[in-house]
Amino acid sequence: MVKRDVPAIAARHLGRVGGVLQALREVVLEQGFVSEDDQRVVADVFNISRADVRGIVSFYEDLKTQPPAPLRVRICQAEACQAVGGRRFTRAVEERLGIPVGEQNERASIEAVYCLGLCAQGPAFTVNERPFTHADKLDLDSALDLLGEAGSP
Amino acid sequence: MASTRVHIPQDVAAVASGADAVAEAFAAAGLDVVRTGSRGGCWAEPMVEMAEDSGTRSVWRNVTTDDVPEILKRGSAHPKCLGALDAIDWLAGQHRVVFDRCGTDHPLALPPTVALESCLDVAPTALIDEIETSGLRGRGGAGFPAHIKWRTVRDTPAEQKYLVCNADEGDSGTFADRLLLEGDPFRLIEGMTIAAIATGASRGFVYLRSEYPDAERTFAAALKRAYEQGLLGKGILGSAHTFDLELFVGAGAYICGEETSLLESLEGRRGEIRAKPPVPAIAGLFGQPTVVHNVISYAAVPGIMQGGGDAYAELGVAPSTGTMAFQLAGNVLRGGLIEVPFGITLAEIVEGYGGGTRSGRPLRTVQIGGPLGAYLGREDLDTPLTYEAMANIGAGIGHGGIVVFDDTVDLAEQAHYAFKFCEVESCGKCTPCRLGSVRGKETMQTILDGRGGARELTMIRDLCEVMESASLCQMGGMTPIPVLSAMERFPEDFKR
Repeated sequence: MVKRDVPAIAARHLGRVGGVLQALREVVLEQGFVSEDDQRVVADVFNISRADVRGIVSFYEDLKTQPPAPLRVRICQAEACQAVGGRRFTRAVEERLGIPVGEQNERASIEAVYCLGLCAQGPAFTVNERPFTHADKLDLDSALDLLGEAGSP
Repeated sequence: MASTRVHIPQDVAAVASGADAVAEAFAAAGLDVVRTGSRGGCWAEPMVEMAEDSGTRSVWRNVTTDDVPEILKRGSAHPKCLGALDAIDWLAGQHRVVFDRCGTDHPLALPPTVALESCLDVAPTALIDEIETSGLRGRGGAGFPAHIKWRTVRDTPAEQKYLVCNADEGDSGTFADRLLLEGDPFRLIEGMTIAAIATGASRGFVYLRSEYPDAERTFAAALKRAYEQGLLGKGILGSAHTFDLELFVGAGAYICGEETSLLESLEGRRGEIRAKPPVPAIAGLFGQPTVVHNVISYAAVPGIMQGGGDAYAELGVAPSTGTMAFQLAGNVLRGGLIEVPFGITLAEIVEGYGGGTRSGRPLRTVQIGGPLGAYLGREDLDTPLTYEAMANIGAGIGHGGIVVFDDTVDLAEQAHYAFKFCEVESCGKCTPCRLGSVRGKETMQTILDGRGGARELTMIRDLCEVMESASLCQMGGMTPIPVLSAMERFPEDFKR
């Protein structure tokens, strides 16, 4: 992904309510992750310690510190999806992609997400932000292939 | 002749079920397509509404692009037709005060603001009195009387007072906030503006979870529109009132649904909870008096102001007055949002509206109130849904999520998950929650592996006692509820 102008992003949020968090969030939205260097820049702009910034980054699930894989699969692990075979579906995806939940390789990542608000139509998951429901009835291979292409750089 | 109008939801639940392609197919056939919010019938999405030649508005369920030509040809004779809109039991049986407009029009179509207009020249204390009369209690989970928060903020002297809307809807099985933000965002804006007038708050924030990108887009567009129309900002609708409202999107943390954690996050820090007291109504955002309410609590306000607090209080079973937006989910045939007065039984919702399990297997348990809610058995299904009746059986309504499980569920596995969820989502500030969750998960794993016995079960109970009594917030304090309710009602699952 393209490297963005992190100092400008941070400066834009300076003085705003929750500015540090929003600056970090925007950096991640723009480039997919927030590196050590980016964190240093944000700390400098807001005149807070790097430890403060690291503390924020490590707290929030969305604030990734590594570049994302091209295919990003997020599978709901919460109760409403468990009730309709979410665990089984998760195992199927793990086998299909060859990585467990919480890990990534050069091709894909699988992340646990706790509720997408699609609880009456579970199991629910997203691939590169696109939502899917009724995963138990879905042809997983074709869904992942389709989105694998779309997600390629 | 004007072309026929067809309504198709743009709600994410409908879109995930193929609503966009269906909308394109109707448009290609020459119809005038209006994208609406969802009526909450998630089981029927994409749910299509169209006026027939007779003038009747009919509804078709689970429409696919392949169905479109046949629906246009056969109309209500099509097998997916549910009949006339106002004759569908699933919708007609509901009593909607908050969601009455949701799904009826495009979410950004500017609705009338009768309720807000009627409040502009009323004394703030009279507005608070009206809320007190209505008996409105917080819909986020705790059920705390809304008027007490409002009056506390009103009466606490401060230069700046704030309103915060908690839209960090993280409970599994809940999606009411999402449906409202995606389907009728002006309802929330109107409710918050009335609350601002009543409490003297001139700034407000809606804290939305990042897992809801569609809600973010719709609400951001609604905010812009509201400013353009003079519904927000300086001199609201030509009055002397000022209220500025901002959208703030979180970064992925369940705990930020806890009000003090949310305030920390809103101030830009780690979402670690604050010890209470002081309560946010006295020292909240940046230490100033702050009303923190869930989306549905604020969104109930316009309906109360319009219909009167008395009329609202007549609904439900005092002191659980008014309506509740229950969200039926999990292994259920007809899941979705059901807004009804308090007092309906679980069976009426799960079996009546829900039609039983989706798998067709026997129902074994329902979890009510999200991941910190109790697992109930079949014997509990006749309990009326009121705060009081639920408390009597050791459960709570929470944010109104009801998750159904069939007989394939393993309650020991669910208890293990409850601890694991607490481990993942704990903010880490207090020890009972941070370590109790890990010890609980490990001990449950021993039981799941068949290596546990009476000693492990006693340890779980002890851990739960410590977590419940010594945690700083409800995350650790209520994790014992799903665990202990499962152990109490389904002891056979814990002997292995």
